[in-house]
Amino acid sequence: MNKHLLSIHDVSAEDVVRVLDTAESFREVGTRVIKKVPALRGRTVVNLFYENSTRTRISFELAAKRLSADVINFTTSGSSVSKGESLKDTALTLQAMGADAIVIRHSSSGSPLTLTKWVKGSVLNAGDGTHEHPTQALLDLYTMRERLGRLEELRVAIIGDVLHSRVARSLSFALVKMGAEVTLVGPPTLIPPDAPAWGVQVSYDIESVLPKLDVCYMLRVQRERQRQQYFPSVREYARLFGLTRTRVSMLPDDALIMHPGPMNRGVEIDSDVADLPNSVIEDQVTNGIAVRMALLYLLLGGTRTDDGEAA
Amino acid sequence: MEESEIRRAVSRIAHEILERNKGADGIALVGIAARGDDLARRLAAEIQRIEGAAVPVGVLDISFYRDDIGMRAEAPEVHETRVDFDITGRTVVLVDDVLFTGRTIRAALDALVDFGRPTAIQLAVLVDRGHRELPIRADFVGKNVPTRKDDQVRVALKELDGEDAVEVEEPVTASGGGG
Amino acid sequence: MKQEGRGGVSERILLKGGRVVDPAAGRDEIADVLIEDGVIVSADASRSGASVVDADGLVVAPGLVDLHTHLREPGREDKETVETGCRAAALGGFTAVSPMANTEPVADTAAVIHEVRDLGARAGLCDVFPVGAITRGLGGEEMAELGEMVEAGVRMFSDDGRCLPNARILRNALTYAKAFDGIVIAEHCEDGPLAEGGQMHEGYHSYSLGLAGQPREAEEIVVARDLAVVRLTGGRLHLCHLSSAGSIEIVRRAKAEGLRVTAEVTPHHVVFSDEDLGTYDTNFKVNPPLRTPEDRDALRLALADGTIDAVATDHAPHAVEDKEAEFDQSPPGTIGLETALAAVLTHLVEPGLLPLARAIEAMSTVPARILGAAEHGGPIEPGRPANLVAFDPGAAWVVEPPFASKSRNSAFLGTTLRGRVIHTLYRGDLVVADGKAQR
Repeated sequence: MNKHLLSIHDVSAEDVVRVLDTAESFREVGTRVIKKVPALRGRTVVNLFYENSTRTRISFELAAKRLSADVINFTTSGSSVSKGESLKDTALTLQAMGADAIVIRHSSSGSPLTLTKWVKGSVLNAGDGTHEHPTQALLDLYTMRERLGRLEELRVAIIGDVLHSRVARSLSFALVKMGAEVTLVGPPTLIPPDAPAWGVQVSYDIESVLPKLDVCYMLRVQRERQRQQYFPSVREYARLFGLTRTRVSMLPDDALIMHPGPMNRGVEIDSDVADLPNSVIEDQVTNGIAVRMALLYLLLGGTRTDDGEAA
Repeated sequence: MEESEIRRAVSRIAHEILERNKGADGIALVGIAARGDDLARRLAAEIQRIEGAAVPVGVLDISFYRDDIGMRAEAPEVHETRVDFDITGRTVVLVDDVLFTGRTIRAALDALVDFGRPTAIQLAVLVDRGHRELPIRADFVGKNVPTRKDDQVRVALKELDGEDAVEVEEPVTASGGGG
Repeated sequence: MKQEGRGGVSERILLKGGRVVDPAAGRDEIADVLIEDGVIVSADASRSGASVVDADGLVVAPGLVDLHTHLREPGREDKETVETGCRAAALGGFTAVSPMANTEPVADTAAVIHEVRDLGARAGLCDVFPVGAITRGLGGEEMAELGEMVEAGVRMFSDDGRCLPNARILRNALTYAKAFDGIVIAEHCEDGPLAEGGQMHEGYHSYSLGLAGQPREAEEIVVARDLAVVRLTGGRLHLCHLSSAGSIEIVRRAKAEGLRVTAEVTPHHVVFSDEDLGTYDTNFKVNPPLRTPEDRDALRLALADGTIDAVATDHAPHAVEDKEAEFDQSPPGTIGLETALAAVLTHLVEPGLLPLARAIEAMSTVPARILGAAEHGGPIEPGRPANLVAFDPGAAWVVEPPFASKSRNSAFLGTTLRGRVIHTLYRGDLVVADGKAQR
């Protein structure tokens, strides 16, 4: 595997299988009484979170701790980051602390790649701007494979604000890589015109897509986008593209309903839908820790020469 | 070792386990992935045949407990771990195919104690090839096979490799392909 | 300006054996150039006492003229000063530069114009023709005192950095400017609301990289608007740093119609494209953005056929820490004075996309004419001031610091270019000799 995980393009299809298989074992660790293995003992993992995200940060924190690594949290509210220290200076400080891995979440696309210029450790992208969120895509693949037994030829719809969604990008690329069929659904203003070049289909009609799905993946739609006039009102958005109880009944019986969180209940997804049994939204959270443990293990468990090549 | 030797060794080890522990009560077998797993199951089948008792069998992957993580090019490949029973209060017999430096067993001991507190831990191996680097010894040995340190010992089991055999191969002296 | 030689004796310089490429005279031949007291004299005149500058193997051309550059002084002397910018220019083969008005304070009064010009004169490395702002403070609302600035010597007015917000202001400026001879209004074409937030060209790559994009229509809309106003007023307009194939088409039709419009393109827009943004390298973050390879190819063709009249650097120095920030926090711009000639030679002339004479014409003769800088751009003949450059077209060099510019944000950083300025003569003064600045 590559030294860094900046984009889902950094992982080959074989690597994806390896990550998912390894995550299986780590899921088992999570069922033990002592949920810890010494695999990364003595390593230091830094969570560098420029965007507030308790959920993802805790997931990474638990993953690192269960591998017996030491964890440092740099979040926007608690460190020099909030006082406006440049990314470069923060990186050099972390480098001086001997960080083996840096998990970075940042609102500027491309910042994880920029970070690799200044640090020697592995960099994991926990979400950069509207670019990518590769660990989310991998944990979603894990959930799909676990529930449906395969990834190849799965019919997946990703529904919502694709334009501004890093999750949509990573997940689309990952699913196409693994041989699934992806359809993006949403208002035309929120779907990149060049999306078909990613190997996906596009549709503006949610009800025509639902009956032929194995996975219905809902994206968060921020109310901010209405203020920016990508759609006229939240009401109209929900009416045309929201996953309502009625629409759920259009899905095949064993189709999965997924959402990366946090949900805007009442906008892209109705409250009672999120709590249905074929909604695996909670599983996504549990699986997140196992997948992130697998990633940390695979990235840090081998030797690297300084230029990032395997020794 | 040939197929028939292996069969007899497994049978003998099963008898020895029962003799040493005065029966099958309170015993559990935990195989070390990957081939220790198949051996443990064969031993359980033997014990069932001899004593009529069903002994719980688990499998343990020790990758996360290795002492050489970060020293090889890639992180070690991971296999399944499944120990569905409580090991506290039991005598756990660890089962592996080859005992060599002892480091794998050390890792297995560390893993086991994370699962609980066994009354005792014993070790059964199909082949002991010497060259211990840690103070570890096997309680039950199929065959002692003296080897040179850089020999390769290849164990094949029907379940995984289609045949039963143990072979010792000397290292290839000609220069191999670059990687 | 008469040049005193050392010890009061009139100074003779013989530029010997170079290939003189002089588009203004239609000349391309091996010839000597004899200079006396800063002025070119007949090659047959007396050469006694002349210091010989060997130009064997070099191309001798009229000194380059940059229509569009940013010297940052007054206000951001941390990024560049007039002196360091002029030194970079001289090393790049330029004998005249036009610094844009978006300084702090804005160059919207004669006072700032004088200051910038005086700084240039003191540096003595090349002529500095400051550009005046069209509107006060670049606010886009009230016209600045163009007349006062014309009296201070300004020939080009531009709000570059910003685009004029509506057609009416442009109409007023173009019409008012008719009172003065030889004045040109230059526009940075960018429709504010359409371009807003754009970090790069809007297209497949911006969607994949997760960066907000700016479509080429943001430029084309303003190009079309402005040319319609030119038609309305009969004024004279220059279009800065075009980036889009569509803009070229509009310009072509306007020229065919007889409208008085000229256009420029930067070296980076004819070399790079949005495909180069994959590493989020902020040195490729420029405004207007690098567009698709198809746009780049169209720009090259337009430069060759004259639809685009000139090459201008849009030399835009930025502090290191600003360019090291996250991509979307980083200011747009690349420096270019020291690499412009070599970039054009390497990427356009060498592969046969642009004849050498046309390249020199686009970087010297034409910009001099647009600016009304009569003493630059050739022809290289007796009586004219010796503003010349001698360069080695094949000499390879790697673009890396130290630069003469105070800033380092070059889109060409780390690349190898061919074409090295060896000597630059500014009014007969050898300000660059053997590739090194002499002051």
